[in-house]
Amino acid sequence: MKQHIGIVSVGVLLLAGLVAPLATGAGTPGFYTEVLLGGLMAGVLYSLVALGIVLIFKASGVFNFAQGAMVLFAALSVARMAEAMPLWAAALLGMGIMVLVAIVIERLVLRPLVNQDGVVLLMATLGVSYFMDGFGQTVWGSDIYSIELGIAKEPVMILEGVFQGGILINKDDVAAALVAALLVALLALFFQKTSTGRALRAVADDHQAAQSIGIPLNRIWVIVWSVAGVVALVAGMVWGAKLGVQFSISQVALKALPVVILGGFTSVPGAIIGGLIIGVGEKMAEVFLAPVLVKTFDLAGGGIENWFAYVLALLFLLVRPQGLFGEKLIDRV
Amino acid sequence: MRQATQRKLLAAAAGAVIAAAAATASAPAFAQAKEQFFPLLPYRTGPYAPNGVPFANGYADYLKLVNARDGGINGVKITFEECETGYATDRGVECYERLKGKGPTGATVFQPLSTGITFALTDKAPGDRIPLVTAGYGRADSVDGTVFKWNFPLGGTYWDAADILVQYVGKKEGGLDKLKGKKIALVYHDSPYGKEPIPLLQLRAKMHGFELMLLPVTHPGVEQKATWLQVRQHRPDYVFLWGWGVMNSTALKEAVATGYPREKMYGVWWSGAEPDVTPAGDGAKGYNALTFLAPPGQGQVHKDILKYVYDKGQGSGKKEDVGEVLYNRGLVSGMMAVEGVKRAQFKYGKKPLKGEEVRWGLENLALDAAAIKKLGFTGFMDPIQTTCVDHQGSHSARIETWDGKKWNVAPEVYESDLQIIKPLIRESAAKYAAEKKIPVRDCAKDAG
Repeated sequence: MKQHIGIVSVGVLLLAGLVAPLATGAGTPGFYTEVLLGGLMAGVLYSLVALGIVLIFKASGVFNFAQGAMVLFAALSVARMAEAMPLWAAALLGMGIMVLVAIVIERLVLRPLVNQDGVVLLMATLGVSYFMDGFGQTVWGSDIYSIELGIAKEPVMILEGVFQGGILINKDDVAAALVAALLVALLALFFQKTSTGRALRAVADDHQAAQSIGIPLNRIWVIVWSVAGVVALVAGMVWGAKLGVQFSISQVALKALPVVILGGFTSVPGAIIGGLIIGVGEKMAEVFLAPVLVKTFDLAGGGIENWFAYVLALLFLLVRPQGLFGEKLIDRV
Repeated sequence: MRQATQRKLLAAAAGAVIAAAAATASAPAFAQAKEQFFPLLPYRTGPYAPNGVPFANGYADYLKLVNARDGGINGVKITFEECETGYATDRGVECYERLKGKGPTGATVFQPLSTGITFALTDKAPGDRIPLVTAGYGRADSVDGTVFKWNFPLGGTYWDAADILVQYVGKKEGGLDKLKGKKIALVYHDSPYGKEPIPLLQLRAKMHGFELMLLPVTHPGVEQKATWLQVRQHRPDYVFLWGWGVMNSTALKEAVATGYPREKMYGVWWSGAEPDVTPAGDGAKGYNALTFLAPPGQGQVHKDILKYVYDKGQGSGKKEDVGEVLYNRGLVSGMMAVEGVKRAQFKYGKKPLKGEEVRWGLENLALDAAAIKKLGFTGFMDPIQTTCVDHQGSHSARIETWDGKKWNVAPEVYESDLQIIKPLIRESAAKYAAEKKIPVRDCAKDAG
């Protein structure tokens, strides 16, 4: 029990923070629910990016800093190609492009660096990230492009009888949540039920052991980067439909960092739950905590949601370094 | 004797070689002597590229036009070089350092199109003696030429913009006194740019009794859910949008998603261009914004640009983008820089000028309706007259409304209330002068 005190304390603290706006009357139940839902929906989007990071880390031990850039590149590709063809065709071609990107990264970046330190690989993905950000804009342009999924943008009011004024939800947010759920289900099936999925898990558990029983590491890496590329494409399309496709997507994708810190680098459920916690946490903080901080400490003001996500992640890091669902590393010395 | 002759011949040959070398060296220097160098700090990549690109294209196209149509500025050829800033202050300063010494007389004038970079360069420009033109952005207090000798916020500041917006919504309500008890939300980019109108709005809120809600949006502005949920909660009577780049279109999308009427939204002039509304599709219909220099459309200058620049395959962007809001603003900004040089040539001669000489030209700029017509800019700007005290020269703006396809500019011209703004400027500039230990200029003696 003693070793769980830290995480329990953080949990209690977060729970207290979560109910405080209601308890103090800072927001009506209806508005509070809207903020909560808004946070959950934002969290789903973060989870989609975090999923890609977790997949690659699980299979290769590489922290892929370029996942955000991959989201942008994929979304740009689909958005621009969709100007000349139906969206489904553009999405299929986009998948092909992301597989090609995976092959190129494996050949030119990962293969020459095999057995190098994790930091070296991280730096390599940092380079890939800058390259893809710039190259994507050079090839596809730097304007704001749109992806039309055909979902109405106008809000829908629900529970008008329960809450005064009702609860406002957006269909595209709900669609994003459904897509994320579907993607996780597909990934779970892929990892559990296919031989390639099992090989991926074997590589994730132990590279050398997997290699010794004949699992080709290079092919596995191409596959996992391709899967992460397809996840990036789905994330890019969902985000692009909501926000427009533009460079900023790559920057917002950095929110996946606190998500994987919180959820754990090796856990798919961790990426989902971490995303939801970060999403809800930052929206609650921005709406309810920021005004209190400004008033109490007479601060200059300003948005807090960007850095609050990292505060949350650091809080978890302090009491559970491997993240909520990550594997605990025990080294014998 | 023979040795002495040989020595003389050798010396003569060496002299000839040195003379030839000097002549060769001075040949390009002489050729360069008729060039005026303009540094350009665009952002063609990054989160603000959709807005940075058209401005940069307009600016560069005007410089090309002056060369192609007029043969330069009174015979002095314009040269220019771009250095990509990505809207990042550190990169902007790096570009400034890289370009400030280029050209035979150094950089003519810097126009960074970034309030953050302007803040950084405001400290550097006096030392390098290079003027900063920040038409419609930068420090509002830099209007005061007695303190900010090197800054020129030509045509408008954020205090003018905020003041005009308050006047406009006051008029809509039936008078400024009718704003009492109303709520106005400022949805702003959480940066020096976005924070700039706050002092003026707070003052106006106190004067007229309206409630001012401050809703910051963190860079780059694609995360606005929390902001618009607060808008939904408090239902302000008006939303003033102080965004840039992707933040603007995201704000409009979020307004649609939260059901806030676009007709009640008013953007600053940097939130009222085509890239701000087109990504939001039909959702942007009814949205309003300010326009000060250069509304959308085409006039004589555009005809010249198409003829002398685009038809020759020298255009910086796409032909169909000529005449868009931000393209036109780049065009006018380029023109004012060129006119500053032209004005300075009256005093210093028709030759390449140093930044400090161009500064005099900008401080004595006088573009009346006739001059504007001659330049082909009729309908695209109001007359501007700068002085040693007033580095802005014009304080007017109009309201434009997006109809789903194009901006429609209302004919009424609004002037900011200088009785309110001037004391603010004086107070803020005096504070800056005290902080930086800048001697305040006496314009009666020092207009040079």
